[in-house]
Amino acid sequence: MAKKEKSASFDYSSWKRIASFLRPFKVPLIIVVTLNLLSTLVDIALPLFQRYSIDHFIEAGSLQGLWEFIALYAGTIAVQTLFVIIFCRQSMVVEMSLGRDLKRACFVHLQKLSFSYYNVNSVGYLLARVLSDTERIASLFAWSLVDILWALAYVLGVFAAMLALNWRLALIVMLVVPAIALATLYFQNKILHWNRKVRKINAQITGAYNEGITGAKTSKTLVIEEQNFENFKELTTGMRHASVKAARLSAVYIPIVMCLSSAATAIVLARGGYLVLENVILIGTLSAFTSYAIGIFEPIQQIARTLAEVISVQANIERVSGLLGEEEGITDTPEVIERYGDAFHPKEENWEPLRGEIEFRDVSFRYPDGNEYVLEHFNLTIPAGTTVAIVGETGAGKSTLVNLACRFFEPTSGQILIDGRDYRERSQLWLHSNIGYVLQNPHLFSGTVMENIRYGKLSATDEEVMRAAESVSADTIVEHLENGYYSDVGEGGDRLSTGEKQLVSFARAVLADPRIFVLDEATSSIDTQTEQLIQDAIAHLLRGRTSFLIAHRLSTIRHADVILVVKDGKIIERGTHEELLHKRGYYHTLYSRQFEEESAMRILKSE
Amino acid sequence: MDHTAKKLGKLQFVMGFLKGSMGLFLTSILFSMFNTALNTMTPQVIKVAVDSVLDHKPFALPDFVIRLLHLDELRAGHTVTWLLWLFAGAILLIALLAGICSYLSRTALAKGSENFVKEMRDKLFSHIQRLPFCWHVRHQTGEIIQRCTSDVNVVRNFVANQLMEVFRTVFLLVISLVIMFHMDVGISLIVLTFVPVVAAYSGIFYSRIARKFRDADVAEGILSSTVQENLTGVRVVRAFGRERFEIDRFDEKNNRFADLWIKLGNLLSIYWGTGDFITGLQILIVVVVGTIQTVQGNITLGEFLAFVSYVSTLVWPLRELGRILSEMSKAGVSIERIAYILNASEEQDSPGALTPPMNGDIHFEHINFTYEGQNPVLRDIDFTIPAGSTFAILGGTGSGKSTLMHLLDRLYDLPPECGRITVGGVDIAKMKRDWVRQNIGLVLQEPFLFSKTIVDNIRVFRPQASLSEVRNAAQIACVDDAVQEFSEGYDTVVGERGVTLSGGQKQRVAIARMLMQKAPIMVFDDSLSAVDSETDSQIRRALRESLGSSTVILISHRITTLMQANKILVLDNGKIAQMGTHDELVNQEGIYRSIYDIQLSSDDRSLLDEKEEK
Repeated sequence: MAKKEKSASFDYSSWKRIASFLRPFKVPLIIVVTLNLLSTLVDIALPLFQRYSIDHFIEAGSLQGLWEFIALYAGTIAVQTLFVIIFCRQSMVVEMSLGRDLKRACFVHLQKLSFSYYNVNSVGYLLARVLSDTERIASLFAWSLVDILWALAYVLGVFAAMLALNWRLALIVMLVVPAIALATLYFQNKILHWNRKVRKINAQITGAYNEGITGAKTSKTLVIEEQNFENFKELTTGMRHASVKAARLSAVYIPIVMCLSSAATAIVLARGGYLVLENVILIGTLSAFTSYAIGIFEPIQQIARTLAEVISVQANIERVSGLLGEEEGITDTPEVIERYGDAFHPKEENWEPLRGEIEFRDVSFRYPDGNEYVLEHFNLTIPAGTTVAIVGETGAGKSTLVNLACRFFEPTSGQILIDGRDYRERSQLWLHSNIGYVLQNPHLFSGTVMENIRYGKLSATDEEVMRAAESVSADTIVEHLENGYYSDVGEGGDRLSTGEKQLVSFARAVLADPRIFVLDEATSSIDTQTEQLIQDAIAHLLRGRTSFLIAHRLSTIRHADVILVVKDGKIIERGTHEELLHKRGYYHTLYSRQFEEESAMRILKSE
Repeated sequence: MDHTAKKLGKLQFVMGFLKGSMGLFLTSILFSMFNTALNTMTPQVIKVAVDSVLDHKPFALPDFVIRLLHLDELRAGHTVTWLLWLFAGAILLIALLAGICSYLSRTALAKGSENFVKEMRDKLFSHIQRLPFCWHVRHQTGEIIQRCTSDVNVVRNFVANQLMEVFRTVFLLVISLVIMFHMDVGISLIVLTFVPVVAAYSGIFYSRIARKFRDADVAEGILSSTVQENLTGVRVVRAFGRERFEIDRFDEKNNRFADLWIKLGNLLSIYWGTGDFITGLQILIVVVVGTIQTVQGNITLGEFLAFVSYVSTLVWPLRELGRILSEMSKAGVSIERIAYILNASEEQDSPGALTPPMNGDIHFEHINFTYEGQNPVLRDIDFTIPAGSTFAILGGTGSGKSTLMHLLDRLYDLPPECGRITVGGVDIAKMKRDWVRQNIGLVLQEPFLFSKTIVDNIRVFRPQASLSEVRNAAQIACVDDAVQEFSEGYDTVVGERGVTLSGGQKQRVAIARMLMQKAPIMVFDDSLSAVDSETDSQIRRALRESLGSSTVILISHRITTLMQANKILVLDNGKIAQMGTHDELVNQEGIYRSIYDIQLSSDDRSLLDEKEEK
């Protein structure tokens, strides 16, 4: 997994790439910044009201002009309220729109990235990039940077005000500022470190629960509950340690800041009081100073905190920027796009019909992340309408050939021709629109059965969908569902059994009416009742199409036109079922093993 | 009535976990009170300083303080500056003391709440481990994990932050009001009227928009699962060329999520703005009324300043109070969800459970078994497995063979009057559950390996076992060579964070793990299905040599495996179809002979010619 912890150097290009997403939000951003600065001015002005009331009413002992005072004061608060409402609203608009655009950009880009990228990055990792990283970045730009601006403006404004009121006193207060800033930076970094540790252990605890639950049966049979518990307690003890450590650090930090803040107040009182007695300043000014001295510390902490945050968001920015900058592994040439269109704007009128003849011509291939060739100078011609079976153990690399034929990967050298032309001369979408693909763990999307089948052909009418379902007996399962075709299949199709999902995915493939068909271990884990249905459905599907069957039930393999046997990523045997059995090689071993089990199952079932 | 009982139940539930750290929580509360009280002193110091030093009024302090510090003498002399520094020192001293209290309170709270949450996590983990297997079958992993993580966090937040915050706010309110009423009743009444208004305002606001927050959460969940489904189904998306369709679908969810939050943002900004307005108004009124009162001579200037600073410190906690109160209801729901797990009863042994030797005959006596709400799985099963013998079971999917083994290992309990299982004449239901399981080594068809190193996986039953013992077991299971080939050998981590083992390798590691148990009864539940027949027989040969006197139960489809057994049982649809030695069964019409004919008497020719018999 390509996890990069935050790098020391500031990565300018990443920031630039992300900042370009801000362009559409110039206007709201300008509003946000302007209102922010205006509201800072009001914040700075508010203590002056108190000063005024002391110096002009209380000290003078007269209430002359109180109503005007009230009106102005209330008006200021009202204006401030308006500023806050508009500013927050716009910030939220910026945050959510920016987050939305970043997510979309990541998502769209992921639709173009090759499978080799998916092979090295887990779904969980990608999901975090698309969803959480983008949100953190958006919130940084919409709030944190604006907060820094506010805090800086406030601090500067307050100093300006203090300097105007009495510059000597102002300079004394300023002495405390660097101390607070340093303390904050120092502690924030340490706290961040322990918080990161807490998050890491937290993930481990979740993992431990997961293992404790999924492995419960095994733990019971081995009677190791106690031992698992001991291991778990080590985790929670570590968690407690890290959490308390982080809490202790902030328990030290907060009083330090408070004390520094009080020190400033104390100095203002002692020094300012003296100035009052000397009649250099009025008491109202002293009270304004006290308010400023107290009020200034929150913004200073804010600046330091936000700086720490900006540093930590750097990692998110690099990751998102890295994802967006990832090269698309397989692209169509400009000429191809010109003629056939791209994945989002196809020019279907120019597409030639596909017959289904596939030829591997002197193909050599290694995976982009591997260093060993898995195919070398491989030649194979598959006439239209024939069936190729690929067998081998789990993890032996049976999918390679299919990945190449479907152009999920391209040959490192050599050519793959479809209907006699190199497939790179046509668009990817042209090929993919002609492929039907059924996986071992059939993947369905949330939604109804109808929607899932229609995925094969978006323009299909309800009748067409139902006809496709009937042709592979998927209508039998629909009958059992509460709302028939309109039943929700749940997330990832969870509400259906594997066999049922299988049938729905067959129907989906039939509806697409592809010329090339791929069955990737499509019927390996199926309950006995559905099995016969599926066998019939497969026979129906394969008729007249070029097809690839990957490690499959015997009855179908045997009738394949050619069988390729894969071991350790390489094709070691090739031939028809009969030829291979006579060879008494690896296929023979594999076959007899499957045969034993299936024969027994068949007899046990028919009894 | 019932409602209060329920609430009390929840409280007791939480208290149960608090017991161990009660002292810490009380310490935290105590120091938090000191801290709050000290903080309310600072405005008083300023008040006295302003009134008595700057305004030359008599010291509003107890006599002994005035005498002790010679305040009057200080003021009378020419050392007023000293007096000011004295007050400044008082402010610093208060801050220092308050800081120490705050530190003590926070650390005690952190320790207390971390203890609390650790206790709860531990309890949940150990409890889940000990819940009966049928409970695990009935519940979804993701759902349980969520209760153990998010819900625990909600409760922790409730105990560690919300409860303390409410407590601190109420105390601050009380102490500030007492001081304020002492200074001036009129202004204090104005402040007091704002308390319920502000708290109610934010409380009502947050409970009103709670639904909108939930909507946004739901939209986020939908967006997240849309992306997840797209990423996991990337092959399907590409193979059907549906990139554009997927982007449209994503856009819809993505826009909805953003729109909901923008709408929520509108409401929140109105809330924040209005909140600021009310707060500002509150301070304004105090300033204005305070000014009037001061001008009329009802309060001193110092008191006026003190009022303003009390009100300013009160406004924030007050606004938070409403929000916290409205969010506290979430904790109740979470507590219920956690209690649901903890209230399920653990596996238990009856008092006086036995631990007899387990090397005797195993007798299944007239077993009838039905899983809850389903059709009968086993019907009147009755047979004996002699001690030390090898016994084989052949049966199709759903024939009940795995259920038999689950019952033997007491993963499920036989209800009374449904027959019994005895080992050496003792009913296993009367034995200690752990004892039964320790003495039965069970290898499952799809074994589960822990995400540890291979060596730790194999010796998980006896963690103190040496590497040579582990290797010995691995050699018998014919997996030693394969493990040696990994770059890190036995220290290779398996599972999600490590290498993926093939099905056959997993099965063999699980066999090695079981061998470490050295159990008198060993069960292989179709556990060599992913291994080719040569390795299969090799493993069985090695096993036979090392097993000694153990009783072995084999479940398999392979005649070559089955025929080694002293006795073979053919299960069909929950009933005994055939039973006997290999020779007996081969000479009988029936399932066994049919399978034998196909699997063994067949040479390559018949493999090829095999008829499509239904």
